[in-house]
Amino acid sequence: MAEKPLRLLPQVTPENEHFWRGGAEGELRFLCCGSCRHRVHPPAPLCPECLSRDLSPEAVSGRALVHTFTVNHQPWIPGFEPPYVVAIVELDEQEGLRLTTNLVNCEPEDVSIGMRVKVLFEDLGEGVFLPLFEPDA
Amino acid sequence: MIEALERRAALTGIGQSEVGRRLNRDPLALTADACLAAIEDAGLTREDIDGLSTYPGNFGPNGFSGAGISEVQDMLRLNLNWFCGGPELPGQLGAVVNACLAVATGLAKHVLCFRTVWESTAQGVGGRPGIGAGGGGGFRASGFMQWTLPYGAASAAVWIAMMAQRHFHEFGTTREQLAQIALNARKNAGVNPKAIYRDPMSMDDYLSARMISYPFCLYDCDVPVDGCTAMIVSHVDAAGDCRKPPLTVESVGTALKGRPSWDQWDDLTTMALRDAAAMLWERTDLAPRDVDCAQLYDGFSFITLAWLEALGFCGKGEGGAFIEGGTRIARDGEIPLNTNGGQLSAGRLHGYGFLHEACVQLWGEGGERQLAGDPEVAVAAAGGGPLGGCLLLRKG
Repeated sequence: MAEKPLRLLPQVTPENEHFWRGGAEGELRFLCCGSCRHRVHPPAPLCPECLSRDLSPEAVSGRALVHTFTVNHQPWIPGFEPPYVVAIVELDEQEGLRLTTNLVNCEPEDVSIGMRVKVLFEDLGEGVFLPLFEPDA
Repeated sequence: MIEALERRAALTGIGQSEVGRRLNRDPLALTADACLAAIEDAGLTREDIDGLSTYPGNFGPNGFSGAGISEVQDMLRLNLNWFCGGPELPGQLGAVVNACLAVATGLAKHVLCFRTVWESTAQGVGGRPGIGAGGGGGFRASGFMQWTLPYGAASAAVWIAMMAQRHFHEFGTTREQLAQIALNARKNAGVNPKAIYRDPMSMDDYLSARMISYPFCLYDCDVPVDGCTAMIVSHVDAAGDCRKPPLTVESVGTALKGRPSWDQWDDLTTMALRDAAAMLWERTDLAPRDVDCAQLYDGFSFITLAWLEALGFCGKGEGGAFIEGGTRIARDGEIPLNTNGGQLSAGRLHGYGFLHEACVQLWGEGGERQLAGDPEVAVAAAGGGPLGGCLLLRKG
């Protein structure tokens, strides 16, 4: 992947800003249920497990497993040049707590399902920090 | 079992426009061609049509939809008792399921269903664009897209490639096995005069094709086209007015029980079609062994493999071994698959080509590609990711 691909930005809203801005403090944040501790992603107005509305952002460790991935070779977006690795990672804190992301700081051929990764952030400007993942040695 | 009211519905006519790459024709004109052909095929006139149904309605990016309810109703001056057009359905064929419900409940007698695409003309001479590409500096991704577009995951090719890779990981599926979906489609396209790509394709051709998003190469991705497909859904009591023997809707599958998401779905090796397929068999005494041909969505090759498993033509995780060598899914195999070439070789008519082909085979109109043995039961299925819906058709 190019050092700084031209990334499309997310629309930041009051509902998702904990996620997109948490990287400013180096934190990967999800809504967490104050009642049953379930982590909710994407953000929602209530906990899908217990229907509590007592949700607030909490940081997770940022450590995860690669659940699956693909090495993309097709230039879909001008300025975002292939090849690059798109992965779905599962955070350590909760089964099924998943993010689509890019794996960086490793060669595509070295990526495998089940490998351990950790979060890092890319500053996209406008206060948006994109969570990416790299090998967790 | 609760009463399967869809059995009061039948397919009574089909029509299809010219199908091709960059036709540069008015998509509404293509729609007219297909709709009028379907009405005539059923032995009806436009005065008989009192229902209209489509997916997804007339919106979306350029080329995605060429006509909605309003355009078609006005063009044909239809007098409707019922109509429905929208995107939030159990797969693209959800609009046909809606038509079945409309006739079963007496809201309409004969429903015209259609789907128009003009993605090839819209694409022009450039490559297949990513979602959001060209949106300009002011574009901001929202909804589901915010979780994928910033990562360059700007196509269902990328999202479904990850599902295929997970299937490879869990079950040992290989590219050589997956290739059979594409090779089988191309072989069948060779005897379909309307197919886009008809030249023979070898395993070497497949394996040496350029990679799109591993494990998908170019030939795992369907080919955008322009064209419209239409069909008539009639109440069985009104089907006697029609020219051809009715094809009864034996059962439908519309279930969605997991999270409706490309990346949050619980078991990424299955997709939403798992629930739709299971429901189809819960509503009938027929079983997979009774099916004479399967027309299963192949927007990307892996989706077809997932439908084969979900519909019980083989066990979960056994799809790769089942299609290996291609003999089981060939036109003379145990479950003939995508007998017109599918979207991979005959063109991306977005689900409606599969239902059309199921009807062609049951009516014995397949010409050189017609299956031997007078097929009586066919399954048509459309959708991948969070979309999935299917219909089981029976002659008579």
